[in-house]
Amino acid sequence: MEDMLFYDRLQFAFTITFHYIFPQLTMGLSLMIVFFKWKFLKTKIEKYNNAAKFFMKIFAINFTMGVVTGIPMEFQFGTNWAKFSELTGGIIGQTLAMEGMFSFFLESSFLALFIFGEKLMGQKLHFLTGFLVFLGSWASGWFILATNAWMQHPVGYEILDNGKFVLENFSELFTNPWLLPAFLHNQMASVVTSAFVMASIGAFYILRDKHSEYGRLFLKTGVVFGLISSLLVAFPTGDWNAKNVAKYQPGTFAAMEGIFETEDAGAEIVLIGQPNMVEKKLDNKIAVPNILSFLTYQEWDKQIPGMDQFEAEELPDNIPALYYSYHIMVGLGTIFIGVMALALFFLWRKKLFTIKPLLWTIMFLVPFPYIANITGWYTAELGRQPYLVYGLLKTSEGVSPTVSSGNTLFTLLGFVALYMLLGLLFLVLVGKTINQGPTPQTH
Amino acid sequence: MELFWYIAIGVVLTIFFVLDGYDFGAGIIHLFFAKKEKDKEVITKSAGLFWDSNEVWLVAAGGMLFMAFPSFYASVFSGFYLPLIIVLWLIIFRAIGLEFRGQFKYQMWKDIWDKSFGVSSLLLALFFGIALGNIVRGVNLGGVDNGISVHEGHYFFLPLWDSSFSPLAEHPGVIDWFTIIIGLISVVTLAIHGANWVILKTNSSINSKLKGVIFKLNITLAILTAFSLYVWQLVNPNSLDNFSHKPYLMVFPIIYLTGVIGLFFIKKIKKDRHAFLLSTLIIVGGITSSLASLFPVILPSVNNTHEHLTIYNTAASEYGLSVALIWGIIGFVLILVYMIVQKRLTAGKIDRMDYGH
Repeated sequence: MEDMLFYDRLQFAFTITFHYIFPQLTMGLSLMIVFFKWKFLKTKIEKYNNAAKFFMKIFAINFTMGVVTGIPMEFQFGTNWAKFSELTGGIIGQTLAMEGMFSFFLESSFLALFIFGEKLMGQKLHFLTGFLVFLGSWASGWFILATNAWMQHPVGYEILDNGKFVLENFSELFTNPWLLPAFLHNQMASVVTSAFVMASIGAFYILRDKHSEYGRLFLKTGVVFGLISSLLVAFPTGDWNAKNVAKYQPGTFAAMEGIFETEDAGAEIVLIGQPNMVEKKLDNKIAVPNILSFLTYQEWDKQIPGMDQFEAEELPDNIPALYYSYHIMVGLGTIFIGVMALALFFLWRKKLFTIKPLLWTIMFLVPFPYIANITGWYTAELGRQPYLVYGLLKTSEGVSPTVSSGNTLFTLLGFVALYMLLGLLFLVLVGKTINQGPTPQTH
Repeated sequence: MELFWYIAIGVVLTIFFVLDGYDFGAGIIHLFFAKKEKDKEVITKSAGLFWDSNEVWLVAAGGMLFMAFPSFYASVFSGFYLPLIIVLWLIIFRAIGLEFRGQFKYQMWKDIWDKSFGVSSLLLALFFGIALGNIVRGVNLGGVDNGISVHEGHYFFLPLWDSSFSPLAEHPGVIDWFTIIIGLISVVTLAIHGANWVILKTNSSINSKLKGVIFKLNITLAILTAFSLYVWQLVNPNSLDNFSHKPYLMVFPIIYLTGVIGLFFIKKIKKDRHAFLLSTLIIVGGITSSLASLFPVILPSVNNTHEHLTIYNTAASEYGLSVALIWGIIGFVLILVYMIVQKRLTAGKIDRMDYGH
């Protein structure tokens, strides 16, 4: 039974981590494509249109990857988490089915039209199809976040005698106080990823001295979008989420911040340190007093309950992993703001395109927004443990009752092998597209 | 309300098989009949342009099933764990083949992507048929062994096969001779459908040959269908009761027969669209007849201890289903609009369309 839960969780974690590489780029990128297309409509400068079409190619590769790795996510609710599906399907089935209906069709239909239909439709309609792709991909994020918000902070439900969750109020699923902050935070974080990807490609073109006209455009756009979105990820959206966790999941809050003992006055903010679960303290801690209380409640001396105030089952079951995920996310987010602010400063001084160390840094930073996005999701998911539905349904109660651990391990290994191949092909394909560059070519 | 969602999901699932069916079929045709590089390329393209928007229907059907019949979703997806995951792998393999073929210059790479597209299309068609076979055959709900239930009454787990490969065995597996027959019907049907699609959408050099292929496959299909009706009686003697009690349900088998009979005249049919419509009828008729034979059951139990899963004992709450009706209708209308816009813009032979990212 223990093994089974472990493999089920590992398989879900692995497949969702791999899957989320793709949507985080497509959501942010669609916004930036709409921006280029809009610039083109206003200025009629061909460069912007080529930029939009170039990034739509990259979008399309990622979208395909998102589809083929997304279908397994939906299936796994039933295959590996049957009990969870049975008990909560009446509620989260709503938001997941709405995602299929309102976003996938929109996204896939108009993506095809954007790619094939420019000549047939004319520029205004072409802009509109791009906008609809953006709308579809953000709607998808909205419905997934609504699903997750319900698991983090269940609302609008009733529990029957047989343990089933029944929907009592549909609109509460979308007015859930957890939803909007989480959605905005997530979307801004996905803009960070796409802005870094764009800036990185731009830096690459400039450094290689090929397609450098586009290189400058991509770098400039990436840096502006990158700084704005990195700031918005931290404040107000990140701040807003942290306050929600402190309010609705106080045990999780203590664990992710690494507060083992409650302090009499204000709580300190931990910058570095390793959780020592045996002695219940942080080793090698560097912390700043009172800051956490101020950030969370705007009061320097406000007491924040530490992990000593909670029963074991009110705390997440893997505190070090949660703590690291959270601190990696926050740390990287801070670095992003710094790098992008520096880049914008040099852009303003008209020096950015010649400072090679900075260009190299921007080019090589590209994996890190992905890591920040994924560790952000780990923070949300590990923080909710040991529950699937916070406070109500344990993760161990959600697994499929008839699937043995041997079968799950078999399929997990299969997914690992297949996704390695898929990842390799993805890199080849994206690499080829970037290499070809945005200048129009005949086939 | 359960009935409404049952029909709605049935419709979405049927649309999925009609649409993705032609690109599975194109894969099968590609595997066996495309010899020249030009034909291989154009057939791959005829599937490659559309497969992802077609598979969105599968995602939609899955989502709706999850929402409307959560207990059924939970039971079937965990019970058919291995075949479903294998289907997922095949879907991924197929997508790899379709998407990467055009990206490589050398023939050796093209050959491998062709095989991955063709073989996974074939296996998917087979597995979807086997899945349908499992649903109409029924499963050992509750995992009853010597009168003792191993699981809750609405859960089960099926191995891929039982050593006897017989649907009449005490614990039949996913693959037995009955489900294989249904699987073959599915392969032949989708091959016909795919051949019609290739003829309709491309100017490949094998188009005229494919008409003969369709004719032969259609004979095979007619024989397999008749045979399957006979063995279905052996597996489940009450399988046709629904049709005698509610004669109006006969409309579904008649749709199926119309398609099969019509395709015997394939060489006389002038318009390619009409031939495609006939194979569409076979798919629509085949799926709806199977569902109608079971209704209102959606997964029969082969033991007497546990009752069948029906649309009534697996549905979500009345309130949930009613709310979903409102957004469901809005969603359907929107989808229809997208479809019409898209079809108008992609009508005609695909040779003129740009492919590849």
